Amino acid sequence: MNFLNDGQLDVLKEIGNIGAGNAATSLSKLMSRRVDMKVPEVKVINFDEVEMVLGGAETLVAGIYMEFTGDIQGTIMFILDKSSAFNLLSFLMPNYRFKNHETFSSLESSALKEVGNILTGAYLSSLSTLTGLYVKPSIPALAYDMAAAILSVPMIEFGQIGEQAFFIETVFIDGLNQVKGNFFLIPKIDSYPIILRSLGVDR
Amino acid sequence: MTTRIKVGMADIKVVAAPGVLVTLGLGSCVGIALYDEFVKVAGLAHVMLPSSRRITNNENKAKYVDTAILQLIEDMTALGAKKERLTAKLAGGAQMFAYGNNSQNTLLKIGERNVASTLEELEGLKIPVISQDTGGNYGRTIEFFADTGKLIIRTIGHGVKEI
Repeated sequence: MNFLNDGQLDVLKEIGNIGAGNAATSLSKLMSRRVDMKVPEVKVINFDEVEMVLGGAETLVAGIYMEFTGDIQGTIMFILDKSSAFNLLSFLMPNYRFKNHETFSSLESSALKEVGNILTGAYLSSLSTLTGLYVKPSIPALAYDMAAAILSVPMIEFGQIGEQAFFIETVFIDGLNQVKGNFFLIPKIDSYPIILRSLGVDR
Repeated sequence: MTTRIKVGMADIKVVAAPGVLVTLGLGSCVGIALYDEFVKVAGLAHVMLPSSRRITNNENKAKYVDTAILQLIEDMTALGAKKERLTAKLAGGAQMFAYGNNSQNTLLKIGERNVASTLEELEGLKIPVISQDTGGNYGRTIEFFADTGKLIIRTIGHGVKEI
């Protein structure tokens, strides 16, 4: 993120905080129960540190990927580790019996995509409200694989603009089951000045 | 004891026998494994993007296919390898998210482009590609053995392969 100054980075962190907060509120409404959110952590990492994210390079995780267009373009990703994904599915479908934890059935995968849709939608709508920019999300896509393999998608996007990746880790907690989610918001490089200008921090 | 060396994302490592080079969870990135059988020297690059040619300020040679291969050859030469004897094996280059044809984001197909660019660069350098396990929609963990030149590929739900 070498092209951003500290003040601009702080503004982007704040967008992440507000976006993730909004997403947590949506999750709480969706589950009709209280969802506590830890203070989101904003992390800037080097590419070779990617294996430290989400508990290891080979950790099985579910990633929900969406693109957005409109006044600004980019992608947003929501990642859940394996236990979080299944905990979330049990919240949503209390009487449902899982066949196994190695793959998702089509019902499970569409339920997860829908959650991803709602949460990233909440995130993006707060981005839109804050900036006054029009942001239109696409349909979601889902992958269930090794963390590093899934993270290679956002990392490559960051790779085009610099030597580091920037993401917001948000932990949602409900009772004993812990649902831990990571958001990656990745505007296209030419969308950064538009976002920063709309917030009055373009210099 | 055998030395195991981890190769991170946008990273290059070389080793002589009996060392092993390991890279975990390759997705759309490509693992370029070069080998000199005569001196048993192995090198592995974990590249992210197809080409550095449009980049004005390349801070990390290991990030791009073209510069990573050149760096890899240089590092292997320092361990006694000769460019004329090198052979290549490739793994990775998956498309992790299937997104239909409507996507405006050409980066989703970056895996495919990374592989195509690697094959092109290696052909230009006259380094033969013996085998590859690329594409698909799943991640790969690879181990590259300097004493044999074997490349072992492990996946989640898609088995184990040796190429």
